[in-house]
Amino acid sequence: MENSISRRSFLGAGFTGAAALALAACGGNDNGGETPTDGGETPEAGMKVGLICLHDENSTYDLNFINAFKEAMATLGIADGDSMIKTNIPEGQECYDAAAELADAGCAVIFADSFGHEDYMIQAAKEFPEVQFCHATGTKAHTEGLANYHNAFASIYEGRFLAGVAAGMKLQEMVEAGTIAADEAKMGYVGAFTYAEVVSGYTSFYLGAKSIVPEVTMDVTFTGSWYDETAEKEGANKLIGGGCVLISQHADSMGAPTACENAGVPNVSYNGSTLDACPNTFIVSSRINWAPYYEYAVNTAKGGGAIDADWTGTLGTGSVMLTDVNEAVAAAGTVDKIAEVRAGLESGSVHVFDTAAFTVNGQTLTSYLADVDTDADYTPDTEVIADGYFHESEFRSAPYFDLQIDGINLLDTAF
Amino acid sequence: MIHIAKRKEMPLPQALAIRLGAIVAALVACGVITAIATGLNPVDVYAAMVKGAFGTPRKVWILLQELAILLCVSLALTPAFRMRFWNLGGEGQILVGGLAAASCMIILGNRLPNALLIPLMFVSSACAGALWALLPALFKARWNTNETLFTLMMNYVATQLVAFFVIVWEVPKGSGNIGIINQSTEAGWLPQVGGYKYLLNILLVAILTVIMHIYLAYSKHGYEISVVGESPNTARYVGIKVEKVIVRTLLLSGAICGFAGLLLVGGTAHTITTTIAGGRGFTAVMVAWLAKFNPITMVASSLLLVFMSCGAGEISTAFGLNHSFGDILTGIILFFIIGCEFFITYRIVFSKKEGERDV
Repeated sequence: MENSISRRSFLGAGFTGAAALALAACGGNDNGGETPTDGGETPEAGMKVGLICLHDENSTYDLNFINAFKEAMATLGIADGDSMIKTNIPEGQECYDAAAELADAGCAVIFADSFGHEDYMIQAAKEFPEVQFCHATGTKAHTEGLANYHNAFASIYEGRFLAGVAAGMKLQEMVEAGTIAADEAKMGYVGAFTYAEVVSGYTSFYLGAKSIVPEVTMDVTFTGSWYDETAEKEGANKLIGGGCVLISQHADSMGAPTACENAGVPNVSYNGSTLDACPNTFIVSSRINWAPYYEYAVNTAKGGGAIDADWTGTLGTGSVMLTDVNEAVAAAGTVDKIAEVRAGLESGSVHVFDTAAFTVNGQTLTSYLADVDTDADYTPDTEVIADGYFHESEFRSAPYFDLQIDGINLLDTAF
Repeated sequence: MIHIAKRKEMPLPQALAIRLGAIVAALVACGVITAIATGLNPVDVYAAMVKGAFGTPRKVWILLQELAILLCVSLALTPAFRMRFWNLGGEGQILVGGLAAASCMIILGNRLPNALLIPLMFVSSACAGALWALLPALFKARWNTNETLFTLMMNYVATQLVAFFVIVWEVPKGSGNIGIINQSTEAGWLPQVGGYKYLLNILLVAILTVIMHIYLAYSKHGYEISVVGESPNTARYVGIKVEKVIVRTLLLSGAICGFAGLLLVGGTAHTITTTIAGGRGFTAVMVAWLAKFNPITMVASSLLLVFMSCGAGEISTAFGLNHSFGDILTGIILFFIIGCEFFITYRIVFSKKEGERDV
């Protein structure tokens, strides 16, 4: 410590100088960052679009958004320099900062991909009324009343239902081949959290399988994280150990598919194909294709129109996708069966949450108030059962199906 | 033959020249690696980094805000480090401080006016952080336990505690997300100074820096810390109560970390997550070391690290490079800067060849 004073010399001199410059730069602008200064803001020139991602390409979830964004920007003819992607943006003040920086840089439309980004996108939307803020998976746009803040999701429950049909076909094949007895047709599901987005997902998957094998049951376990490879792997192993003969998941790492490949248990995946890593167990995967939404939002903004507060992509818009079926693992006839059910869903003759197809505590539902308008007390506010089925993603884009139906057994509900 | 000898105090201009040389060498090395690995022009990449840190007034504000928080944590660790107490629990102390602030905002947000609520948040955050540092300090003072492991483990306890309360307060149930607390009422939000979002945090930390410098350099406490750090036995011999100094200093260290948590939760993010500390408890260790535990020099070393991280974000956006590439550049530059201290502290002596022949 005797020489610590003399050592501060360089860093002290060099960088306090830089700090002074930085302060001077701030002082020069009265608005402290409300004025775009990039000089690139010419409305007639190429339109600029931004995307905020929670993680980077290493997360299957974010990769799905990034790929769709790049695809949509190419389709729309937006130059590379005019489409900006900010990765690794946490669900905190950093999200507001990133959104504001994109707005400063002249972006006319800004997308964000994670549920926890929502409040910060709203904060930015209030500050930049001329910029459109589009948030995927959020729930507040229809109650917030901001003209430039929008939510989007897709009827992914239809995709999961179709994936569930493929799972049911596989179970049926196993029963017919004598590998398992009919009462051993138990599936397992690794979920992230216990809220509606996940509940709606696993229930639709289960109902898809149940439409083929009526006696099927399912165990569900939760990890409490969207990306926790170890926990997801352990969750899948626990389910397999508990007698589940087929696994699916709603979390973003390779944990569950890898556990299935190691144990030789068939897997229905999510967010994209896991065929390369799991050639012997991968059946099919559903995913949301965000490109149609990106194209819709940018085109609408370009034309000066109003973007829907809630936009729900469907099978018809190309937003709900299924990967190719892995014929090596899937049961014979799976592709044809999926095509048949898909046609039914699109024509409206089949409904995923048909009240005749499930019971809650042994009762068939005729009425249910869902918590569509988000509030801290989870107050139910909207009647969602009509015409014999639960109307999912119609009163807002994000799912609100949160019923615990018979046949699904939750192993833990800590999260 | 070559051998290494410790230098006497090096003259300032020479020390400056060595450090400048190290930075130039680091930039050249980064340039070569950038060109080879990405095929981009390194000068463009450097320009983008500077633009990412200072390009617009908003970027400068963000840079200063990040600088303030990192500096605050570094200031918190410094008294402990000067005493050779390796407090690696900054992360946990920030988290519990933030958690205390968040719980005040959530539970008392609608019951107390801001004039009462905000002082209460200050007190509870500082107390929570201090408590988190007190436990390892007591064990160190009483039983001479290993403070490095103890403070490190307290981080995990804090993370799990925050994870638990996130589940208690999440909206909607089961989403693992609290969202902005009191977004409509702004209860418990620290006030904005002159309409600038981050100015209050920056001013508070600037004041803290000066106070900490005075405390360490000119107060009796600061002197006692130095003596305990140099030699606990000497300290005992001259009548300093070592245990008391350890506990008192760690209370201060933890309280300031808790204060950093308050600035994050009450000042900017207005939410609490398990990742809100963002590794600053560890980055601050590097800041403090780079500055040789001098609070004023720490302004510079935190600026360096914050600049590198803002720049890294910008190059990943501008060139579509993975964020990790920016981290690689940061690592190379730090390597050179830390490495050059070797040449300032020591000199390499080449024995004269002629001399060898003479013998």
